[in-house]
Order: sequence, then C-alpha cells, then structure tokens
Amino acid sequence: MSGHSTYQPKTGFERWLDARLPIIRLGHDSFVDYPTPRNLNYWWTFGGILSLCLGVQIITGIVLAMHYTPSAAGAFNSVEHIMRDVNYGWLLRYMHANGASMFFIAVYIHMLRGVYYGSYKAPREVLWILGCVIYLIMMATAFMGYVLPWGQMSFWGATVITNLFSAIPVVGPAITTWLWGGFAVDNSTLNRFFSLHYLLPFMIAGVVILHVWALHVVGQNNPTGIDPKSKSDTLPFTPYATVKDGFAMSLFLILFAVFIFYMPDSLGHPDNYTPANPMVTPPHIVPEWYFLPFYAILRAVPDKLMGVLAMFGAIACIFALPWLDTSKVKSMRYRPQARIYFFFFLVACVILGFCGAKLPDAQVIPGLTTVFVIDYDLNTFVWLSRLSTLYYFAYFLVVMPVLGLTEKPLPTPETISSPVLGVETKD
Amino acid sequence: MLRKVTLLAAALVLVGGPALAAAKVREPNEIAFSFEGPFGRYDQAQLQRGYKVYREVCSACHSMNLVAFRNLGDAGGPFFDPKYPNPNDNPVVKALAADTQIGDIDGETGDAIKRPGIPADKFPAPFANDAAAKASNGGVAPPDLSLIAKAREGGPAYIASLIAGFGTPPAGLTVPAGLNYNPYFPGDVSANWTGDHAHTPPGGFIAMAPPLTADQVTFDDGTKSTIKQQAEDVAAFLMWTAEPKMEERKHMGFSVLIFLILFSGLLYASYRRVWRDESH
Ligand code: HEC
Ligand code: HEM
Repeated sequence: MSGHSTYQPKTGFERWLDARLPIIRLGHDSFVDYPTPRNLNYWWTFGGILSLCLGVQIITGIVLAMHYTPSAAGAFNSVEHIMRDVNYGWLLRYMHANGASMFFIAVYIHMLRGVYYGSYKAPREVLWILGCVIYLIMMATAFMGYVLPWGQMSFWGATVITNLFSAIPVVGPAITTWLWGGFAVDNSTLNRFFSLHYLLPFMIAGVVILHVWALHVVGQNNPTGIDPKSKSDTLPFTPYATVKDGFAMSLFLILFAVFIFYMPDSLGHPDNYTPANPMVTPPHIVPEWYFLPFYAILRAVPDKLMGVLAMFGAIACIFALPWLDTSKVKSMRYRPQARIYFFFFLVACVILGFCGAKLPDAQVIPGLTTVFVIDYDLNTFVWLSRLSTLYYFAYFLVVMPVLGLTEKPLPTPETISSPVLGVETKD
Repeated sequence: MLRKVTLLAAALVLVGGPALAAAKVREPNEIAFSFEGPFGRYDQAQLQRGYKVYREVCSACHSMNLVAFRNLGDAGGPFFDPKYPNPNDNPVVKALAADTQIGDIDGETGDAIKRPGIPADKFPAPFANDAAAKASNGGVAPPDLSLIAKAREGGPAYIASLIAGFGTPPAGLTVPAGLNYNPYFPGDVSANWTGDHAHTPPGGFIAMAPPLTADQVTFDDGTKSTIKQQAEDVAAFLMWTAEPKMEERKHMGFSVLIFLILFSGLLYASYRRVWRDESH
C-alpha cells in the first residue's frame, strides 16, 4: 500500500485476476513484501497474536452458537450440554472462555507497548484511535459473552453494569429499561446480548482491517521511535516478521493450552456454575479480571454518576493520548524520566486490578486501624483505589502534557540502523 | 529507587492478598485426591463408592439433573468398561437404571405413569419441584449437586470437609431451630454466640442435617465405611459429575503441549536461520 508494488503475477490465472481484482497483489504487498523495521522486538509480535485470538474466538464461537440456546430457561443447561454431550464441546467452550482472557492479556501488552514506545504519536493517531475502538468493542463483546452462560455471576454482573446507566440524570432509568428490554435483566436481555455478542466480533474484524490499513499507510513504529530512512532500515515482512511472529504465537499458544487443559476454570468465578437466580444475590459480585481496574475506579468515587463518568473517563484518556503527550521523542528508551512515571502507571493499574477484586471496606493491611477519612478508614481498599485512580488520571492529564515540556531526553540516533548496527542498547 | 518501589508494591500486594473478612470460616482440610495435578485421574473404585453414597444418602434430598445413567459408563466414569464402548449396552449401567422408577407419560392413555429407568434417563429428582424441596427441608431447597464441586470455592475438599465436619457446636453457641452448626460453612454466627467476641467460632449455620453416619453405606469393595471415607468418596464422585471430561482433557492437553513445544522449537530454529545474516 505504501510505496511501489513489486508483485509480479506468475501464472496466467494470476495475470487474469490481477487485471480484474488485484487481491493477490494486495496480500503480497501487505504481508510479503511489506517493509518492517529491522529492529522490532518481541513486544511487536502481539499484533499477530491478537489476530490469532480473534480468529480463535470467532471459530469456536460460531460452533458454540450451533449448540447454545439463547433463552433464560435453556442457556445454562445448553452450555452444560456442550460441556457433556457435544463432541469436544468442553474443548470449544474452554477455548472460548479462556480465549477471551488470552485476548485481553494480549491486548493489554499490545497497548502498553504502544504507550512505552510512543506508537500513538504523529502520524499514527488514527491508527491508535482505531485500536482503542477495537478495545472498546472487545470489552462490550466480552461483557455480553459472559452473560450468555446465564450463571449467577452472568446475571448479577449484567445487573450491576447495566444499572450504571441509570445514574445518568433524567433519561438514565429509561435507557436502562431500553437496554434490558423490560424492567429487569431477563430473557429479552439475554437474547439481545446473544445477538450483539455474535455481531460485534465481526465489527471488530472490520475495524481490524482499517487498523491494518492505517498501519500500512504510516508504517510500523519501532523501539527507537525513529522512522525508517532507507532500505537498510527495513526487512521484508516475509520471511523475517512471519517467522518471528509465528514463533511468538506458538509460545503464546503454549500458555493458552496450559489454561485450557490444566486450569480451565481458574480465571472464572465458581458462582457461574450456579444457574442465574434473581432472588439470590451473591455475597460478592466481581467482574472478569480484565475489567477489574475499571471496576475499582468506578467504586473509588463515592457518587454513582461521578463513578460512571470516572470509569468512562479512564477509557477516554487512552483515546486522547496522542494529544495529551507533548514530548517530541517517541520512544521511552530516550526518556528516562518518562520511564519512571510509566513504571508507576503499571503499578497503579495492577493495584487497581487487586482493589477491584476486594470488598471496598476490607482492610489492606489486616488488623490495622488508622485514621478515618471522609467515609472510610485510610487502610481500606477503597482508599487504595482512590490513590491509584488519582495517579491513573494524573499520569494522563498531568504527567503526559507537562513532562514532554520539562524533561531532558537522551540524544536519539539518526537512523534505526545506527544504534542497532553500532553499540547495542538494552531493552 | 525503582527497586525499592517494586519491593514496596510487592509487599503491599502480599499483605493485601489474604485480607480477612469479618466472618471467619474454617479452611477445608487438605485431602490428596487422585485426580489432582496434571496427570491425576479419577480412582474408579472411589467413584463407585462415591456413587453409592450419593444414591443411598444424598439423593434423598439432592437432585442431580445434569447426569444420566449412561454417563456412569462413559470413559473416565465409575462403571466404564472397555468391553462396552457404548455405555447404553453396559449391563451394570442398565441394571442401576432399571432399579429406579422414572416418571413418564403413557403414550396410549396420556396418564402419568412410573416405569423402570433406562440408561438414557437422567437421575430422578427427589422432589417434584423447588417448592416441595423447600417444604421438606425447613424452607431451604437442597442445591442440585451436578456441578456443586465447581460451584464452591475449595471444590471437593470443601465438600468432604463440610459433610464430615459437623461435630458438636461449642458451648455458648445457640443453634437456631432447624439449622446446624458447621465450621466449614460460610456464614456468621456472632449473633448467636454468648462467649468471648474475640473468639467467635468459625463457620455458619446450615439447613442440612449431618447426612453421614459410620457404616451407613456398605461398600462393595470391602472398604471400611467411616464418615471420613464416605465423605471423601462422595466428594470425588461429585468432582466427576461436575467435570466428567477431565481425564480426556488432561490427556489431550499433554499431547497438545508436546506438539506445541516441538513446534515452537522448530519455529525458533527457522527464525534463527532466516535471521542469521541480519543484525537486529
Ligand atoms: C435431609 C436432606 C439432605 C440430605 C440427605 C443431604 N443434604 Fe446436602 N443439603 C441439604 C440442604 C437442605 C442443603 C441447603 C443448606 C443451606 O443452604 O443452608 C444442603 C446443602 C448441601 C451442600 C451445599 C453447601 C453449600 O456450600 O451451600 C452440599 C455440598 C451438600 N448439601 C452435600 C450433600 C451430600 C454430599 C450429601 C450426601 C452425603 C447430602 N448433602 C445429603 C439437605 C440434605
Ligand atoms: C471478540 C471475540 C469474542 C470474545 C472476546 C468473546 C467472549 C466470550 C466470553 C467471555 C464468553 C463467556 C464464556 C463462559 O464463561 O462460558 C462467551 C460466550 C459465548 N460466546 Fe463469545 N466471544 C467472542 C466471539 C464470539 C463469536 C464470534 C461467537 C459466535 C458467532 C461467540 C459465541 C458465544 C457463545 C454461543 C457463548 C456462550 C457459550 C459459553 O458460555 O461458552 N463468541 N464469549
């Protein structure tokens, strides 16, 4: 797509097709001849891994849907029918359920890679936004997918999350009723979630195509953040990137297989093996692990509406990143101070994840009572969430804009090849 | 600086991990089940004993709606016999099914009838409906046991500890009528405790009476029928009903992992070869 196409049709059929629909040329230019920076490290293999995840989810999902019954009366038992009576049904379901977690592991690494190496900066803003759109649809898809087995956590998770919309002034309750298709999470909610859960992955696939298109227009970023200047800075996608991506995918599949075959329920919640019961509220409603940091941010704010706004704001910050960061240097390799703030950002996200899984009023250090601030003792998970939430937003809204103007970056190399062919830099 | 922060974060996470909830509960006992670990398998004799405990004791109150008699003869199941790859032909399974009465509709008259079970039938439920189950159990319906081992934190170890763990309630604890004290059952007994509040007994009140007594079930393989033995055997059986494909899963996982490791090795070799002349 970028630059001149070198594709040479070899057979008569290829020539015939190339004059009518140059689709082989498109594939050749995008995945064979496409120039990739020669210094990409393994953090760059997660794009390929993500495509693999999407493929796995779509294929297993379509087969699951052949056996699944989207009704409040039948859903739970149909999933158990898949687990017990469908040939390799247990495999399909465990692949799909754990595949969602694998997908999120990969997407988080992929996004953090982008933050560290400044992959969102000009001219890659649209590429970054498209990635954020994929992430947003992924969250919607996974949330609705988790409702489908219609266990206790499916039902109560759906109830808690859909209820958030009722915090919107005036129209909130009407929107919630509209989302539910009734006055509570029920059969109609389950049916629409199934319909959307089937639809959204294909929308993701569509946005992935745009994402890759945008990528191939501007080219890949690389660990130096310096754009390739000459042919010696790049290598053709095939075989160099294909074989490296393939190796990384294979390692990723090993991790995936360990989950599927040896700990298939470790990422799920036991309560979801009890059928949904609107009359019995589980003592502790928790979302899937990949939503926990946002759940912690939601609960960190004492006011429901503000909590919801904070949660969506946390995602909005990621979208706005290209315009929040003022640094001219892309890669944090040359931004030692930015690296420290980035490290604390990672810590804050992990802590938020932990807080999301705990009861807000539980003590962080057991048995220690400190000072009571506003509504809770300081030694509680809610206060830990608040501190981390504060850092989360400060990172985007204060550190990113200010640091770029005040810091002294290290000297950056002229070209990609100069540091890599010369002295080795670490990381 | 960074290292110090990492240590601090790690310390916070470690301390934060086992945060105590207000109400305490006794941790399930450590039980070495045969099916634990990547190569663990069900012990068929134990599954047979466990099935007997379920059928003779628990099934008086608890349904098991997801399991059919034919499943007993599936590979990995209590009565699997390689001579009968189709469990519907397995004579033990047929006999066990035929020994039950299943509600059905007479095709000629439309009357509700009872007929002997066949392997395709699901296990019969003890109560006609949830209301009947509640009415007979002091207002709390006994949960379906098909998936219970996966639906409870602690799984089979919790179940074995719970059903063998009743014992006499400590002095100073008033047990409400119709309920039973059990240290393994999550709950909060502090309102009924007259003793020292720093030492409130762990656990809660459960609507199930202690179901097991010694020698209540006679094991066909001569195993001594202690409460502990019955509890562990039925817990193993409940793990099997919750996860009947576990052996198949682990077995396939082993081949898949061997394949993936070899495949990764090959890909790594190709990667080294392709990139051998390119510095990067
Ligand atoms: C007399 C009727 C009765 C018998 C017999 C009985 N149970 Fe129960 N069981 C109950 C009731 C009622 C409950 C619900 C208790 C509650 O939630 O308070 C229950 C609950 C349970 C639970 C769930 C505990 C929890 O964590 O919620 C398990 C596990 C269990 N029974 C296992 C067994 C096993 C195994 C047997 C056979 C050895 C058995 N029961 C025999 C009545 C019975
Ligand atoms: C972006 C890709 C996808 C993600 C992240 C995703 C995620 C999920 C999750 C988290 C569950 C709950 C699993 C469980 O706990 O049992 C689920 C269930 C389900 N999904 Fe998906 N899914 C995706 C794509 C698809 C597609 C394309 C289809 C169908 C065409 C599909 C069909 C189903 C069905 C039928 C279930 C219910 C069965 C079950 O619970 O195992 N999914 N999905």
